[in-house]
Amino acid sequence: MSAHSDAAASRPGRWQPAVTQDPLLQKHGALGQPVSRIEGPLKVQGKARFAAEFPYEGLCYAALAFSTIARGRITALDTAAAEAAPGVVLVMTHRNAPRMKAPSLMMSSPTAAGASDLPVMQNDEIHWNGQPIAVVLAETQEQADHAASLVTAGYAPLPAVTSFDEARKTPRQLDNILGQPPVVEIGDAEAALKGAAVQVDQIYRTPRHNHNAIELHAATVAWTGDELRVHDASQLLDLTAGQLADIFGLEAGKVRVSSPYVGGGFGGKCLWDHQILACAAAKLAGRPVRIMLSREGVFRIVGGRTLTEQRVALGASTDGRLDALIHTGIAAMTEHNSCPEQFTFPTRHLYAAKSVRLAQEVADMDMLANTFMRAPGESVGTFALECAIDELAEKLGLDPIELRRRIEPEKDPTSGKPFSARHLIDAYQKGAERFGWERRSPTPRQRRDGEWLIGMGCATATYPYHRFPGGAARIRLTAGGQVTVSTAVHDMGMGTATAQVQHIAARLGVPLDKVSFEYGDTSLPRGVIAGGSTQTASIGGAVIAATEVFVEELLKLAGNDSPLAGLSLAEVETRDGGIGHRDDAARFESYESILRRAGRGELVCEAEAPPPAEMEAFSMHSYGAQFCEVRVSEVTGEVRVSRFLGSFDAGRILNAKTATSQFKGGIIMGIGLALTEETNFDPRTGRIVNASLADYHVPVQMDVPAIEILYTDIPDPQAPMGARGIGEIGITGVGAAVANAVYNATGKRIRDLPITLDKLM
Amino acid sequence: MNPFSYERAADAAAAIGLAKGNTAARYLGGGTNLVDLMRETVERPEMLVDVTGLSHKIEPRSDGGLLIGAAATNTALAADAHVRTQYPLLSRAILAGASAQIRNMATVGGNILQRTRCRYFYDTAAACNKREPGAGCDARDGFNRYHAILGASPACVATHPSDMCVALAALDATVHLDGPDGPRSMALADLHRLPGDRPDIETELKPGELIAAVELPPLPFARRSTYRKVRDRASYAFALVSVAAALDLAEDGTVRDVRLALGGVAHKPWRASAAEAALKGRPADPESFRAAAEAELAAAAGLRDNTFKIELAKRTIVAVLGDLTGDEA
Repeated sequence: MSAHSDAAASRPGRWQPAVTQDPLLQKHGALGQPVSRIEGPLKVQGKARFAAEFPYEGLCYAALAFSTIARGRITALDTAAAEAAPGVVLVMTHRNAPRMKAPSLMMSSPTAAGASDLPVMQNDEIHWNGQPIAVVLAETQEQADHAASLVTAGYAPLPAVTSFDEARKTPRQLDNILGQPPVVEIGDAEAALKGAAVQVDQIYRTPRHNHNAIELHAATVAWTGDELRVHDASQLLDLTAGQLADIFGLEAGKVRVSSPYVGGGFGGKCLWDHQILACAAAKLAGRPVRIMLSREGVFRIVGGRTLTEQRVALGASTDGRLDALIHTGIAAMTEHNSCPEQFTFPTRHLYAAKSVRLAQEVADMDMLANTFMRAPGESVGTFALECAIDELAEKLGLDPIELRRRIEPEKDPTSGKPFSARHLIDAYQKGAERFGWERRSPTPRQRRDGEWLIGMGCATATYPYHRFPGGAARIRLTAGGQVTVSTAVHDMGMGTATAQVQHIAARLGVPLDKVSFEYGDTSLPRGVIAGGSTQTASIGGAVIAATEVFVEELLKLAGNDSPLAGLSLAEVETRDGGIGHRDDAARFESYESILRRAGRGELVCEAEAPPPAEMEAFSMHSYGAQFCEVRVSEVTGEVRVSRFLGSFDAGRILNAKTATSQFKGGIIMGIGLALTEETNFDPRTGRIVNASLADYHVPVQMDVPAIEILYTDIPDPQAPMGARGIGEIGITGVGAAVANAVYNATGKRIRDLPITLDKLM
Repeated sequence: MNPFSYERAADAAAAIGLAKGNTAARYLGGGTNLVDLMRETVERPEMLVDVTGLSHKIEPRSDGGLLIGAAATNTALAADAHVRTQYPLLSRAILAGASAQIRNMATVGGNILQRTRCRYFYDTAAACNKREPGAGCDARDGFNRYHAILGASPACVATHPSDMCVALAALDATVHLDGPDGPRSMALADLHRLPGDRPDIETELKPGELIAAVELPPLPFARRSTYRKVRDRASYAFALVSVAAALDLAEDGTVRDVRLALGGVAHKPWRASAAEAALKGRPADPESFRAAAEAELAAAAGLRDNTFKIELAKRTIVAVLGDLTGDEA
């Protein structure tokens, strides 16, 4: 029934973003409780079916062969041995692949999901080292893997830019950075820097990182006529469906993509070549296909975080006010994607300064398209900015938290907008007290335990609030009082479904066990992507809109014989499994009673979220204070993080348990960013050398100390449920907190991640 | 992975018989390295002879030494009470390696014969003289943080990845071999080769030979021994540098005897004989330890990414010997 319209938006009782608050902010109930994941029992029993686990009659298995040069043309491709190998169904190359349109870059249109806009296996061109050159389909995975190893290729190489030092000689300025201006200037920051009493001016470097979710990228795909069914591991279902329809020239709606369970997303579980190739090969073979990348395959065809080189320069007065704040730099990218790693973004909103200069460029390389990876921009941008702030605090002789207190802005320093809610200093105070910050010596090298030097560091975490428009939610109420809310969104393990069940129970005033949440399937009402820490608020907006329609429909059904007779949306609230007058406890009727009297077996309502006007009116961000203690061996330079505490200000926390896990997960990933993770990209060949979990070092159990999480839990008055996203903020600031702790322990500033032991010897 | 046949041998004689004359046969222990290499098509055996049926006994000898069956798992050896009390460096070395799951599968014989983890050896798109003699070496001017600083050659800068072998080298272990020409024995220190111009030939094993057992001679002062592994994360990473050491102090505080071996630095487990010679009879103090470390690393040469390991090795030697002179050791 009914969708959102501008006329309806102004009706009394409706949530008007930026004007009124979500009525749920006045309610409590199940929100915030540490409810265990509702799908947990299925997962531990092995009954939760992931993308590579869907059975199909006649299923065949895919394996890929990859290019071994970075740029050029394929001159010879010998597939005879592979075709003759046992169990092989077919070998697909650019010579026999179905004709397909190239993907469009994500965000270039409502159905675009491409990580790059290169055509997929349509010609003999090679654009990166590791590009798929053949797909083998066989009766078993082992047969496919073996046959793929028999494919041989010859190449005519073309000159390739595989060295960052070479690429940066011809930098390119984009016309926008994710919709924001690439350059921001307030006053003459360079002149202000020169004239400042105290100055910090440093270069910070961060390396490439690769996605390494536990679940390998996988899809099971099947064609029925011109209908395509895709079981994917995805964080952008509707976009994937739309993009695949476009690539294969199908009508919208002919592609159904589902992804009920995903073993980790982090920005990597989007649309890459493997799903497209699996669909093409399935079409060619006339059989369903399963593709699951090898770990090496993930490194070869799924992009990661690009490298950056950043300059942060701070000019300050002796009392710790910023005269100049400069953050500039360059990141490697390709000509066929658009992920510039927005490392200047945190600096746009964090601190007050009299003059500001922010600018970022890209250096084009012949490499796999880089992509979003947990807090793209903010993760590495806060490393540079927050190390520089620590350096400035030392020069000023100020405690680094005191410095941040002095440069705390009253409004957004670059946009001038008011903050919707900002409690960064509260987060610092709570965190400092709990962590024992007062025990930190302001002078380095003052604490030791045998050969181990001990130090503490802190840094600010920040990540923007976003709410994507375009998502819808459907509410179904049955005569038995069961509520099901449906929308094509995602749970990659972070607890979406659990938090939404709590949210819906609180919003509709029903117990948790009366609520189901349907998600993960494009046959449901259009959802939003799970990216940029936006999904929870975006679902919230859609559920608010659907709830308004739901209540209005129930008021109509209740009619004149109900205690609710004559009441409007603005006068009622949902409570105790029904609708009641806001100020009159006696005027109440349960959902079941309304349906029964109306002779209805069920009520189904659907609505689309109102546009995110709150983002236009307010500067909306989450914040945090990261505290780290390290031990550094004076003998070997080994760094061990011995304690970590994250104190966050992310609005209302919807589920204490899953939120804490997500914050911790971000911090653990940040410890990897700080100390161990680095993609070895061989500049001679453009090939990733350490394409395995043995050689690409994510933190292991022994690298991770006990981590404590605090949060302010202060609702954001402008956000649905009062909640801002929490998926990414956990990793931000961690690199700097570790580096600042290492400095405090050793007296050495490491401005080049990861902080490996050789840099400290 | 290429197709292959699989046979299970009840004992050494049966295994040798099954593999005899077949150059494309490989003995299979726990498979924790060989199977990986087969998946990467670096190893392409046509036949696997499973030798996990060989002796897995760990037996004290009447002379105080220890005989270890080649099929004993790494986990069993590390947990053995005799090893933990008489040769603690061996237990610590094994536990510093891999993961519990891998150690449960890996055998003593397989651990000794595992191959380098040089990524250019694993990546069949790269040039590697070890994988393809004469092809060249992409590691020499590539990513070589984990590569050799001692005993390398222009043809190969790979390291032997074992932790266990570093302890065995320090302990003067003997390997008992068996093969088509009958049994023989040699010092573990002589089993692995330096790369020279044939890095593809990694050991002195003859075609068809296998390791049947490892024997440790008695070494009472090994009760004062340890193993320290320096690496890029706290667990599940290969050594940048590791040090196995046992120290025998005289009443006057001088070094009566010492055993020292290094891992992560060479194509073979590196017995630090020069350092040992420099230490004997000297005071057990940091100056002597540093001088001994300098003597051992005098011939070391670094590459683009690993020059720091020369100093790291010296410092780690000094720290480990220092620990062994303390009362806690």
